[in-house]
This record gives sequence, structure tokens and C-alpha cells, in this order.
Amino acid sequence: MTEFIVGLIDAFSVTLRQMFRRPATVQYPEEKRTLPPRYKARITLTRDPDGGERCVACYLCSAVCPVSCISMESAEGPDGRRYAKWFRINFSRCIFCGMCEEACPTLAIQLTPDYEFCKYDVLDLCYEKEDLLINSEGKYEGYNFYRHAGVGVVNPKGKNDDEYRPVDLKGNMP
Amino acid sequence: MSESLIIFIIIFVKLSLILGITLTLAAYMVLAERKILARMQARYGPNRVGPYGLLQPLADLIKLVSKEDILPAEADKTIYHIAPVIVAGTVLLTFSVVPFGGPVSVMGHVVKAPVIDLNVGVLFILALSSLGVYGVALAGWSSGSKYSLLGGIRGSAQMISYELAMGLSIVPVVMLTGSFNLSDIVAAQSTAPFIVYSPLGFLVFLISVAAESKRIPFDLPEAENELVAGYHTEYSGMRFGLFFVGEYINIIVLSALAVTFFLGGWHGPGPAWLSLFWFFFKAAFIAFFFIWTRATLPRFRYDQLMAFGWKLLVPLALANVIITGALALTFGWRGGA
Repeated sequence: MTEFIVGLIDAFSVTLRQMFRRPATVQYPEEKRTLPPRYKARITLTRDPDGGERCVACYLCSAVCPVSCISMESAEGPDGRRYAKWFRINFSRCIFCGMCEEACPTLAIQLTPDYEFCKYDVLDLCYEKEDLLINSEGKYEGYNFYRHAGVGVVNPKGKNDDEYRPVDLKGNMP
Repeated sequence: MSESLIIFIIIFVKLSLILGITLTLAAYMVLAERKILARMQARYGPNRVGPYGLLQPLADLIKLVSKEDILPAEADKTIYHIAPVIVAGTVLLTFSVVPFGGPVSVMGHVVKAPVIDLNVGVLFILALSSLGVYGVALAGWSSGSKYSLLGGIRGSAQMISYELAMGLSIVPVVMLTGSFNLSDIVAAQSTAPFIVYSPLGFLVFLISVAAESKRIPFDLPEAENELVAGYHTEYSGMRFGLFFVGEYINIIVLSALAVTFFLGGWHGPGPAWLSLFWFFFKAAFIAFFFIWTRATLPRFRYDQLMAFGWKLLVPLALANVIITGALALTFGWRGGA
């Protein structure tokens, strides 16, 4: 019985104390949280430091996407550089899981903390390549895939900083 | 002006004032509950409509009135329509005997606060709260839905069981006063409120009042996670609004009654015109206590509810009648001067 009464008094005092606490609510439209840079919201296609597109249209993001909201068509430039002929993300389907970003081998696709992009028309949520491309390197600065790739696009084959010369298949030297 | 016309006007003014004030208070009781509950849960509660959300009741009213009034195909039409009226009506009627302020003299007439200064006020209140059970039971039955029926049955069983404890807890008050008249009961507490004489009675009354108004530890008739919304599941629009408003008026009325019976009614320090304020302040505190309870306690299980009522509260109330009676006889307690 005493246990019961003490428990009751305890419970009532807890709720009373909580009443004088500052509410944890963020008053959203007036007050906005500063989101961490890795917050997963609007997806962008970033550029490399030289201003070129990073995306090489490898379809990995499209393949890993659990809701299949990414689609594209690949093409190849005259210098052997691959690019997406068109690239489309349907944000009305996107669940912002960030798996596309994890899958991307060239750090091209990146999620940003910009979460305020509601539209009155569902079709407006279909972002085309020109809507997705931004003039920024995003979270990873100074990375250009073709400077490490072993494909002779930026520099001739084997001339990148961290590359060896291509092996001479017909020579005897190791 | 003839005598009777003046009396008629006074009664009319009192009626409209009480109706208006109680309904407004009930609306703001809802807001207060939402606000206080929110603060206890580290939230803000409604704060968008008007300054500090003060116009929220108005918005709720507009919403309720403009909603579609749905009549379930299985419903018993007449009873279905009458039930919410019974609930809200009985509760509103109860307020007509509550003396919420001291007597005032207007144009040579001594105007007492209650609309009718009924000499069997206590019985009137108990009778009305018993009638209110019909609203719950009939609403549950006439909706033609199993959840409503279960809620109605639970509601009527609970209210009947706890009415017994409530009635018994008022017995010492009536014994000490020697009258069923609520004005007399308040007058008898001019020296000391009855909570001093009968603290146990106050406790039992408070608990059974919470059960009577179906407040949270006893909200089985409308237990959301078992019965959708209990006896008013099928109701929509303003008919649901009537149940809702009735429930909150009930809280106000029962708080007012707790104040009248045990906390000295409108008596308090200060000049006579403060009596209204004192009454309001005490009733608001009791109402706050109900909200506080809602934030604190979980719901009873049905068998716990019944066991608590019949095995603890009723014996306690009975013992209290005997103890207070014996003490009153021994020490010659008699409320008032």
C-alpha cells in the first residue's frame, strides 16, 4: 500500500516537473534546424574540380535504388568519356535512403540537406539532368574520377599522378 | 415593473449567463487540457490559431459544425439522435443548482447564484448523473456497432458502480450540514471547508468523480486502443461534438461540485465580490488536477476498475460515513456558525 502511494506521488511529481520544462518542439516554418551536411534530402549531380560532369552513367545508382526512381541512358564522348545522355530522378517515388550515393563510384550523385521542394504537380517532381546538375563538388572536393581511372580522358593513359605506366605486354621486363 | 417580471428577467439572465459561460468554459477547457497535456509531454500544443492558439476552440467548432452528419445503416434512428442530447442536457442541467457565488442584491431582490435554489439539490445532482448514464448506454446500443455497444455497456456499468461511492462520499457532507440544499452546504462551510472534517470523503469523491466523467484512469468506455472511441464511435459532426462538449462540461460541473461539497464553495478571504473568483479558482484547480492525472496515470484494466470501485471505494466511503458520523456526534460538529 505504501509502495502504491509513494509510486503515485512520484508519478505526479514527474509530470508536474515536466510541465515547467522547455518544450522540445521546433516551431518549423519560423524556426529551422541547422541540418548536418550529410542530411539525406534532395539529390544532386555534382561536378568535378575541372567543371565536368562526374557522372559516368554506370547505372549503379539506378540498379541499387530500392524504389527504382532513377533512370538514365548512357553515351560515350569522342574522348572515351562516358556520360548520361539523359538522367531522371522521380522524387515522388524517392525515399531518400541514400543508397544511390553509397553506390556511386565517381561521387557524382550526392544527397543535400535541402528538403523543402514540394510541388503542386506530381510531374514537377520528375527532375531531369539539367535540374539535378549543380555547379559544385558537393561534399567531396578535388576529386575527379578520370584523374584516377586508367582511362585516357584528362591525361593520356598512364600519365595520371597515381598511375603506373601501362604494362608493355610485348616486352620482357617485369 | 411587476414583481414576477423582475424575477423572470433575473432567472432568464442567470440562465443565459450560465449557459454561455459553461459552454465557453467547456470549449476552453478542451484547449487548456490540450495545452497543459502538451507541456507535460514537452510539446507546445495548439498555438497556431490566434495568439497562443486561443482561437482553437472556435476553429474546432467550425470544423465540427461543418462536418457531415453520418447515420449508420444499422442505427436506431430516434434513439441515436436523442442520446447525445441526453448526455449534454443532463450535464448542463446539473449546473443549475451549483451556487457559484455569494448572494448579490439587485433592485431590492437578493439574487442567489444558482438558477434554482433547490432544497433537494444533492438528490437532483445524483439523479441527473444517473440519467446521464442513459445517454451513454443508449448511444452505445443505438449505433449498431460492436465497439459502441461494448463502450456503452462498460460506460453504464462503470458509472453505476462509481455513482454509489460518489453518493456515499457526499453523505458526511449532508450529515454535517443537515440539508440537501447546496447553498446551505456552502453556507455551512463558512468557518472551515468540509475537507477538514472528512478528508477521506473528499478523496473518494474525487476518484469517483474522475470515473463519473470517464477521465483517464477510468476511461474504459472510450478506450481508444480497444474500442476505437467507445460509445460515440459512430457519431460525427456536431453530434459527436455534443458528447465531447458534454464530457468537458461534466468535468467543469463535477469540479464545481467538489468545490461546493468539500472546498468551501465560494468562501474565501477578501471582499464579497471575490466569491466568484474564489469559486472559479478552486474549480479550476480541481479541473487542472484531472488534466494532471490524465498526463500521469495509465488506464485501468476492466476487472481492476470494478474491483477498485466495489472492494475499495465503496467500503471506504461506508467507513467514512460511520467515522465522520461518530466524530460529529462526539465533538458536536455542525457546519457553519
